Amino acid sequence: MIRFILIQNRAGKTRLAKWYMQFDDDEKQKLIEEVHAVVTVRDAKHTNFVEFRNFKIIYRRYAGLYFCICVDVNDNNLAYLEAIHNFVLNEYFHNVCELDLVFNFYKVYTVVDEMFLAGEIRETSQTKVLKQLLMLQSLE
Amino acid sequence: MPAVSKGDGMRGLAVFISDIRNCKSKEAEIKRINKELANIRSKFKGDKALDGYSKKKYVCKLLFIFLLGHDIDFGHMEAVNLLSSNRYTEKQIGYLFISVLVNSNSELIRLINNAIKNDLASRNPTFMGLALHCIASVGSREMAEAFAGEIPKVLVAGDTMDSVKQSAALCLLRLYRTSPDLVPMGDWTSRVVHLLNDQHLIVTSASTDLQDYTYYFVPAPWLSVKLLRLLQCYPPPEDPAVRGRLTECLETILNKAQEPPKSKKVQHSNAKNAVLFEAISLIIHHDSEPNLLVRACNQLGQFLQHRETNLRYLALESMCTLASSEFSHEAVKTHIETVINALKTERDVSVRQRAVDLLYAMCDRSNAPQIVAEMLSYLETADYSIREEIVLKVAILAEKYAVDYTWYVDTILNLIRIAGDYVSEEVWYRVIQIVINRDDVQGYAAKTVFEALQAPACHENLVKVGGYILGEFGNLIAGDPRSSPLIQFHLLHSKFHLCSVPTRALLLSTYIKFVNLFPEVKPTIQDVLRSDSQLRNADVELQQRAVEYLRLSTVASTDILATVLEEMPPFPERESSILAKLKKKKGPSTVTDLEDTKRDRSVDVNGGPEPAPASTSAVSTPSPSADLLGLGAAPPAPAGPPPSSGGSGLLVDVFSDSASVVAPLAPGSEDNFARFVCKNNGVLFENQLLQIGLKSEFRQNLGRMFIFYGNKTSTQFLNFTPTLICSDDLQPNLNLQTKPVDPTVEGGAQVQQVVNIECVSDFTEAPVLNIQFRYGGTFQNVSVQLPITLNKFFQPTEMASQDFFQRWKQLSNPQQEVQNIFKAKHPMDTEVTKAKIIGFGSALLEEVDPNPANFVGAGIIHTKTTQIGCLLRLEPNLQAQMYRLTLRTSKEAVSQRLCELLSAQF
Repeated sequence: MIRFILIQNRAGKTRLAKWYMQFDDDEKQKLIEEVHAVVTVRDAKHTNFVEFRNFKIIYRRYAGLYFCICVDVNDNNLAYLEAIHNFVLNEYFHNVCELDLVFNFYKVYTVVDEMFLAGEIRETSQTKVLKQLLMLQSLE
Repeated sequence: MPAVSKGDGMRGLAVFISDIRNCKSKEAEIKRINKELANIRSKFKGDKALDGYSKKKYVCKLLFIFLLGHDIDFGHMEAVNLLSSNRYTEKQIGYLFISVLVNSNSELIRLINNAIKNDLASRNPTFMGLALHCIASVGSREMAEAFAGEIPKVLVAGDTMDSVKQSAALCLLRLYRTSPDLVPMGDWTSRVVHLLNDQHLIVTSASTDLQDYTYYFVPAPWLSVKLLRLLQCYPPPEDPAVRGRLTECLETILNKAQEPPKSKKVQHSNAKNAVLFEAISLIIHHDSEPNLLVRACNQLGQFLQHRETNLRYLALESMCTLASSEFSHEAVKTHIETVINALKTERDVSVRQRAVDLLYAMCDRSNAPQIVAEMLSYLETADYSIREEIVLKVAILAEKYAVDYTWYVDTILNLIRIAGDYVSEEVWYRVIQIVINRDDVQGYAAKTVFEALQAPACHENLVKVGGYILGEFGNLIAGDPRSSPLIQFHLLHSKFHLCSVPTRALLLSTYIKFVNLFPEVKPTIQDVLRSDSQLRNADVELQQRAVEYLRLSTVASTDILATVLEEMPPFPERESSILAKLKKKKGPSTVTDLEDTKRDRSVDVNGGPEPAPASTSAVSTPSPSADLLGLGAAPPAPAGPPPSSGGSGLLVDVFSDSASVVAPLAPGSEDNFARFVCKNNGVLFENQLLQIGLKSEFRQNLGRMFIFYGNKTSTQFLNFTPTLICSDDLQPNLNLQTKPVDPTVEGGAQVQQVVNIECVSDFTEAPVLNIQFRYGGTFQNVSVQLPITLNKFFQPTEMASQDFFQRWKQLSNPQQEVQNIFKAKHPMDTEVTKAKIIGFGSALLEEVDPNPANFVGAGIIHTKTTQIGCLLRLEPNLQAQMYRLTLRTSKEAVSQRLCELLSAQF
């Protein structure tokens, strides 16, 4: 299962943090820093996977943003790697940039909940997710 | 899809965020935030009732401030108010605030739960979705108490929309993980098939419109992965038709990997390979189709050379588990050169680490010298982070596969030379234990350490090993004038002043041992002991040794000296403490795969001779030997219920009524038991909560079984108590010894228990493993048969055709032969049959039976009291799909039992 999802920029600023298990605030802060430290030192020749405590991080870098998913060690690496790519932020925000995530932080959570819930992948059809988000958008 | 404009709908929020981003310093940011907090506070306290929009805006600002890392101590009530708004956007912000800033303020919880309850009952799918997502995000026990009963109703209601059902199912999964005792599984499972699929509910919606789920030309990759994963919760299907269908599916997936890609995009190959790797995991989990295992191995072999680092990494990782399957071990070994190359050329340390793991897993007697040599050479340049682990692995492999113990000694000394700082005490204690236990290597060891000590700068660990070994066996090389007693002494003493106190203490013991071994150096050594730097040393331990040893050398007669300082007796044979250390280092869950498995029956597990009584008249060399003797853990407790742990004793007693009853055997236990007759490793039992894995090894009449208990949940198991039960009939014939395990098993953790096994006399029944523990609020009680069967004590015997039939005739008494004719339960495959007979433990004798379709085998059952020769013959009849199995041994009960066990395999 997914333990947490983090989106961070190169400087280590958190753009999204979604936790699927109980951590207290200090622990969350520590995890955020540790994740940043392990992913930013890696280059394109490295794998997209890092052992992390008793878990592993599957991450993907898009421009200045790192999308990291922390999962159990026996989870399927490639399935989560593509789940990151399947994340519809780009489609939803039309070529998403870091600022979109900052100004619309409260909407990003909605997008995450449509695709991931309770530490599992909830929905993988981009068409369906976008349709649902569009519907919610019309309720503004 | 309309692009979302910046902070649309809430201008004030966008302005505030811009302000914060424009702050030049941390102080300016804090100032701006404090101003905003004061503003919001006054708005919330003001007389004028705020409209929904303003409330939403301010709550959202508070949330933003919190996410920046500042404490928020108000606004909760306003957020709760938003929950009961009828506008989606207001409700959404309210729920988001609650999900992110959970507060167990009891009054608010009641209000929140009320709002959620209303939304769940609203029949508005959007509102129901928000409420469910909030429960799934918070997932607290309070939430479970309030909603665990409600959510299944939402899930089964006929008018609930699919997307809401998706959320409800996952929501229930979350509650089940945090508070399993509160989720009413029993009542609902029968009514709700979906609940059985818990996390897999995506299935239902996915099956309806597959084109929506095609990802870069790969149909429903995530769904496929989920399904393949689900199958890994179960043993291979028994029904041949289902089994055939599944094999066909897995073959199709393997075939697809060979097809040209439908797209050059990495997303396409990743999605396709995600499914492929999951299929391979399932094949390994089943561990029963040799053909699939070998194909999987070949596929991974291709990936080992792929240009994508991700694929090389995953192939190495996956192959590691394949290496431990008896069917694919040989196929994995063919890739040794590629893996060694990876060790030398990969840029990513984590990939090199996987290569080390794989080399370790594929190591056996045939390739051990090459693998150990490669690991040693890698060690010279290896990353500091993984050096100690490599040292431990090299030490284990060198010991385990040593045919020639001079090679073992060389290897360990090389380890100390190359990576002395990473050679832990366990490693050098172990080399000493082995040298002491094997008299054929003692002279060589003395000569080698003597030579190694010649180096001007040698690691302190070498001084320790050298000092100890020369103290015991220096006499074996003293005949050579180049290593005369005096030279040996001066060599050691030249290192003395560079060493730490414990090493000096050890050297002093070596010196007194020299006094006994070489009377001619006694005066020299006495001079050294008598010097002020020893007799008046500031360190109490050193001073005391110097005083006592000097006195001993002066007053004791030669006879007394010889008795007191006699050679160390052999160490009792026990599990290598290095292995224990590696397990500790890697964490229990990862080491099971690395844990060496039994493939080679003749492997001498500990390298030592039979245990010798530890009590002899010899006084052990003081300091290091005390440590050596303390190496193993406490003496094994007799098999039986371990005492309940102290602190929780009272609590246990309250429940002891239920706890004292042993559960009947778990359903399916018989089948699982039969699967272990011909193999030693695998999953013995698995349910929703617990997985029990086994790894075992047997040699002659002794065996050792590692039982791995895996907690599959995210909740602790308490009072976890496994008990081994031998019936009255079984007890005199089979000796089991083990130690209690830690009564608490953390969520997701695995604990290990070692059972030492001794076969005293032949036996029929199997011991029962009973496990009791508390999970959430419920008491769990599971019993399974432990697959320790008579055939495990088989040693194969090769013999020629003539000998076989001569012995066959000798065992012609009617009581000696047992025959069984039975219908084949599995496809009659020659290779599988051969593998099973070998797995059963007997030798498979080729070209013995005049009919080439028949199989014959021979072996000896070792028990403590006696050895029983066994011959077997299996005659397949393909047309009738029948077998005839004949067993001949000198003991009727043995023939009977072996025939029973083996018949069930075909």
